[in-house]
Amino acid sequence: MSPQTQQEPAPIQGDFPARRLTVAADQWVHTAESLRPAGARLLALWASDERDHGADFTVHAAILKPSRLLVLELRVPEQQPVFPSLMPVFPAAARMERAVFDLLGLRAQGGDARPWLRHAAWPQDQFPLRRDFAAHRVFPNAQEAYPFVRVEGDGVHEIAVGPVHAGIIEPGHFRFSVVGEKLLRLEERLGYVHKGIEKRFEQLSLDAGQRLAARVSGDSAVAFSWAYCMALEGICGLAPPPRALYLRALLLERERLANHLGDLGALGNDAGFGFGLAQFSRLKENLLRLNEAAFGARYPMDFVVPGGVAADLAKDSKPPLLRQCAALEREVAGLRRIYDEHSGVQDRFAGCGRVAPELARSLGLMGLAGRASGQARDLRNDVAAPPYDRLSVKTAGRSEGDVAARVAVRFDEALESLRLCRKILDELPPGAVRAALPEQPPEGFGVGLVEGWRGPLLVALEAGPRGTIRRCHPHDCSWQNWPVLEHAVIGNIVPDFPLINKSFNLSYSGQDL
Amino acid sequence: MPPMIMNGLFTQLLGAIVAVSLAPLFLGWVNQCRAWLSNRSAPPLLQPYLVIRKLLHKDAVLAENASPLFRVVPYILFGAMVTAAAIIPSLGTALPFAVCADAIALVGLFATARVFIALAAMDIGTAFGSMGARREMMVGFLAEPALLMVVFTASLICGSTALPTIADTLAGRTLAIYPSLAFAGVAFLMVLLAENARIPIDNPATHLELTMIHEAMVLEYSARHLALIEWASALKLFNYACIGFALFLPWGLAHEDNPLALLWALPLLGLKLIAAGAGLALIETVSAKLRIFRAPEFLAMAFMLAVLGLLVRLLLGS
Repeated sequence: MSPQTQQEPAPIQGDFPARRLTVAADQWVHTAESLRPAGARLLALWASDERDHGADFTVHAAILKPSRLLVLELRVPEQQPVFPSLMPVFPAAARMERAVFDLLGLRAQGGDARPWLRHAAWPQDQFPLRRDFAAHRVFPNAQEAYPFVRVEGDGVHEIAVGPVHAGIIEPGHFRFSVVGEKLLRLEERLGYVHKGIEKRFEQLSLDAGQRLAARVSGDSAVAFSWAYCMALEGICGLAPPPRALYLRALLLERERLANHLGDLGALGNDAGFGFGLAQFSRLKENLLRLNEAAFGARYPMDFVVPGGVAADLAKDSKPPLLRQCAALEREVAGLRRIYDEHSGVQDRFAGCGRVAPELARSLGLMGLAGRASGQARDLRNDVAAPPYDRLSVKTAGRSEGDVAARVAVRFDEALESLRLCRKILDELPPGAVRAALPEQPPEGFGVGLVEGWRGPLLVALEAGPRGTIRRCHPHDCSWQNWPVLEHAVIGNIVPDFPLINKSFNLSYSGQDL
Repeated sequence: MPPMIMNGLFTQLLGAIVAVSLAPLFLGWVNQCRAWLSNRSAPPLLQPYLVIRKLLHKDAVLAENASPLFRVVPYILFGAMVTAAAIIPSLGTALPFAVCADAIALVGLFATARVFIALAAMDIGTAFGSMGARREMMVGFLAEPALLMVVFTASLICGSTALPTIADTLAGRTLAIYPSLAFAGVAFLMVLLAENARIPIDNPATHLELTMIHEAMVLEYSARHLALIEWASALKLFNYACIGFALFLPWGLAHEDNPLALLWALPLLGLKLIAAGAGLALIETVSAKLRIFRAPEFLAMAFMLAVLGLLVRLLLGS
C-alpha cells in the first residue's frame, strides 16, 4: 500500500458526473490499470506548474469511464521532474507525455524521449508552460535533427511527404517506408502549427477564453467553445437556460453535418469520383449559407458564449431550417445510394485502411473512427449532458473498420444529425438565451466534455483569482487517433494513403495547439 | 513542283498546325464537359491556353542537381508529339511525310517520349519523381502491346501499316459493323484512357502527390518547361483522338486528288472532336479511379480485346 493515505475522489461541479483524485506516484499506473477492464479510456493527459502554490508540478490524466469522467492527478517534485509513463496501460499516452516534457519539462519514465511539439523553436532546456517563462520571448531559428525510426531490408526505401503538400491542407510530415507500392511503416511528425495556445489562455480573462477556445481547431469551433463554456459554467455553478442549450445542440449538429458532408465529398474525390465532391460541396454550401442567415456567420465561431448563446435564432429562420433538413435528408439518401451502388467507389473503399475492433480497443481509437471499428461510444449518449439527455441520440456503429465503414458511419450520423436538428427545432423551449455570469467568477477547476464531429473533446479549465485563467487545456481526440492511422495504413499501398487519411480526417491544429 | 506534292505538303503542314493550335482547345472542351456533367460551373473553354500563357511568362526554377537532360526533355516531348501529329491523318490522307513512319513507328515515338519523361522524372532524385516514373513504366509496358495489337488488326484488314493507307482503305469499305474493329475499338479506348493519364487509371486533376502518375513525374518542372509539357500532354490526347478517328471513323478525310475537300474535313474533324470530348468526359465522370494494382488488369483486358480482334480477323476474316 502507499505510504500516503488514499484520498477520496472529489466531485467536479458541472453538467455530467466527474471527479478528481490525487494519487501517489507508485499508485499512478496501478490506478489507471485497475480502471482499464471496465472499459476506461484515456481522454487527455496534461500537466501544470503549481510551484507558486507550493505544490511543484501536477500531471493530470482525464480518464473516461463509459459515462463518468475521472481526473487523476499526480504531484511531481521540481527536484526530480519525472513520473511513471501511462503508456503500458494507455498507448495513446505516448505523444501526450512527450508534449508534457516539451512544454513543462516533466519526463515520463519509460517513454519516448524525442520531442513532439518542439521543433527547435525554443531550446531544449526551456519550458514554455512554466510560469517563469515569459510568453513574449523569441529564440533564434535553429535546426535539429529528428531521428525517425528506420526500416532496413532489401528494396526498402523511404518516401518523405510534407510538411508542405501539393494541396492546400494543414502541415504535417509523413515518413513512409515502402517496398514497391506496399507500405511497411508510417511515422508521423506533427507540431508544425504549434502556436502556444495554452500559454495564450493564461493571459486571457475567463470571459475572453471562449474566443480562443473556438479557434483551437476551426472545424470544431462550436464543440470547443461549448466545452470551454461548460467548464466555466461548472466552476460558476451556473446552468444556462434550456433554450440556449437547445440552440447550442442545434449548432453542434450543424457543425457535424457541415464536416460530414464536406468529408463525404472529399472521400469521393480522393477515390477519383469528382462527381461526389461537386454534389456534397453544393449541399455543404447551402448549409453554410443558411448558417449565415440564421446565426450571423457561415462558421458561427462565437455563437456559444459563457452563460448561453450570443443571440437568439434570427427571426423567421425556423421554417427555412426545417425545410433544409428535409431537403438534405432526401439528397443525402440519394447520394448514399449512388456511392453504395458504384462499383468503382466501393472497390476503393472496401477493405482499405482497416482497423480491427481489437486493435481499436487496445489503442483507444475514439469518436467517429472508433465507431467504425466496433467502439460504439458516443458522449451524446454515454454522458448525455443536457440537452442530449432529452434527445436520445442513436449511436452509429460498424465493425469492419475500413474506409467504407467510416464512410457509412458518416452517412448514418449525418442522417441522425438531421433528425436531431428537426427534433430540436420542434421542441425548442421558449425563454432567455443567456444567463449572466457572476461578476467575480470563483476560483476552481472545471471540465467540459462534448462529442464533436470527430469525436470526444475535452476542455480542462482552472480559474485563477479575479476572473483570470490559471490553466486551460483543450484536447482534441486527434491526439488519440493520429497514432492509430499509423497502424491503419500498414500493408496498404502508397496511393491509398490519401484516402485512408481523409477517412480519419484528423486535426493538425487541434493537436499541435 | 507537281501539284500533287504541293497538295501533300499543304495538307501535312495544315494538319500539324491544326493539331498544335487546337490541342489545348480540345482539352478545354473535355474539362468543360466534365464540369457540366458534375453540376459545376465550368472553367473558361480557353483555360488551357491561359495556363500555357501564364507559364510562359514565368521564370523557370530548376533544381540545383538538374542535369542537362532535365532541361531538354520538355522540348523532346513536344517535338515527339508534333512529329506524331504530322504522321496521323487528321485532315487528309495525302501526307508525304507519312511514308517515312508507319503506325508502328508512331507507337515507338510515343514510347520514346515516355522513356525521356521517365528519365527526367528520376533526374532530380525526389521520391515522387521516381514513384511517378515507376508507375508510368508499369502502365506503359502494358499499354503499348495493346496499342500495337489494335494497329495490327487494322493493318491486316488493309494490308499496310501506314496510317493514311489504313484510313483510306477503311473509309472505302461499305458501312457495316466489323467485329474485329469493334473489339479493337474498345481496346483502343482503354489504351487512350491509360496513356493520357485519365480516370480510371490516373487523375489529371488531383493534388494528392501519393496517387499521381503523370503529375508526379512533372512536379519539379516550372514555367516554360511545364508549359511545353502541358502542351505536349494536350497534343498527345489530340493525337490519340485523331488515331481513333483514322481507325474507326475514317470518313470525311481529304484525299490526294481532291485538295478542296480540306474545306469540309476541318469542320468535320471539329464535330468528331466535340463528340469524342463529350464521350471522354462522360466516361471520366461516371467512373472512379482504379486502385493502382487494378491498372494491369484493366490494360490486360485491353490487350486481350485487341488480340481477340486480331483473331477474329485472322480466323473469321470479318
